[in-house]
Amino acid sequence: MEQAVATTMTVNGAQVTRSIPARQHLVDFLREELGLTGSHLGCEHGVCGACTIRVNGEIVRGCLMLAVQANGCRVDTIEGLSDSKELEKLQKAFHEKNALQCGFCTPGMLMAAQDLLRKKTRPSREEIRAHISGNYCRCTGYQAIVDAIEEVIHG
Amino acid sequence: MKAPSFAYAKPRSLAEAFDLLERPGAKVLAGGQSLIPSLNLRLSSPELLVDITGLSGLNNIELGNGAVRIGALCTHSEVEKSEPVRKHLPLVAEAVAHIAHPAIRNRGTLGGSLALADPAAELPACALALDAVLIIAGKKGERRVSAGEFFKALFETDLKPAELLVGVEFPQADKSVFLELTRRLGDYAIVGLAGVTRSAQKRICFFGIGGMPVLLRPKSLEEAKSSLPTPSADLYHSASTKLHLAKVLLERAWNKL
Repeated sequence: MEQAVATTMTVNGAQVTRSIPARQHLVDFLREELGLTGSHLGCEHGVCGACTIRVNGEIVRGCLMLAVQANGCRVDTIEGLSDSKELEKLQKAFHEKNALQCGFCTPGMLMAAQDLLRKKTRPSREEIRAHISGNYCRCTGYQAIVDAIEEVIHG
Repeated sequence: MKAPSFAYAKPRSLAEAFDLLERPGAKVLAGGQSLIPSLNLRLSSPELLVDITGLSGLNNIELGNGAVRIGALCTHSEVEKSEPVRKHLPLVAEAVAHIAHPAIRNRGTLGGSLALADPAAELPACALALDAVLIIAGKKGERRVSAGEFFKALFETDLKPAELLVGVEFPQADKSVFLELTRRLGDYAIVGLAGVTRSAQKRICFFGIGGMPVLLRPKSLEEAKSSLPTPSADLYHSASTKLHLAKVLLERAWNKL
């Protein structure tokens, strides 16, 4: 049975209220209803990490959360973190180290990398790899991505 | 792919949840980290999802009577960070770090993983090795079931329709070891082992080797090796490879127990 549920959430600081079909996942809602197309949809079953977003300050798979489950939550996307300049250093390092080619994984990769930088002061290369293990990149072979994250850590 | 259509309800009390779960085609939604992929892949088509994440009192972690009681709605991240778990249940603390990736551990729940009973998952094996007690609530009240009786078959448990797993009591062990082999970090296990020693008795539970986790209570390493069942092959590993790897893990674990 199709059902729409009145849902209110705060997306990148702005409160949004919509009637959302129960079956719609959060990234489809962000992309199609709010036009926030920075969060990408790759596998749509939790494997690739391209849809990584922040809900109540913690990273989640946007495709593995129903939009109606975000009722009352604070949702932050790549657009919000870019505008607030929270990702400025990482974005610059990704650019300089050539840590992307096609760019499809990059928003999710930046969200996961920033999550690590917030939680650990000086993560090792191993810890960086572990933290981004849920984010697939099919272009770079990861070395440049780990280099870029290290660049931000060591300045 | 997109999930099929379903109705959605978020009960505020256990009583309301039990009423909703009696409706035809109702299914429990907790963290959704296994259910939502199966919806997106159209492997599951419930008529009603009952989102239990609004229920209070199901995400506490308490220490008492030589056991740690963990609420079913605790996320893997909460379990991983919990001081009582790290101190008194190192097996579980080590195991949850192997579950998928940080973004998934932030949503997936302890109760969800146990209620799903995936044979390659970490927590059912920990529950069996520690001889945990699962606390199940229903309209008629609460009942307690040992892990050995809870897991019935592949993805099958003792949970009846309209019952909810509300918490788990993990008794402490004297020693423990957790080992898991994967192709990539966060993947499901090729083979894994959760082992404990309690009152000089070893309990070693293998996962990822068949339709159910396999619990051994061996007296010697040789006995443990010879009582391992022949594993089921998966897409990438033959039965003999898995059996070999299970024995390798057993040898690594034995002297730590």
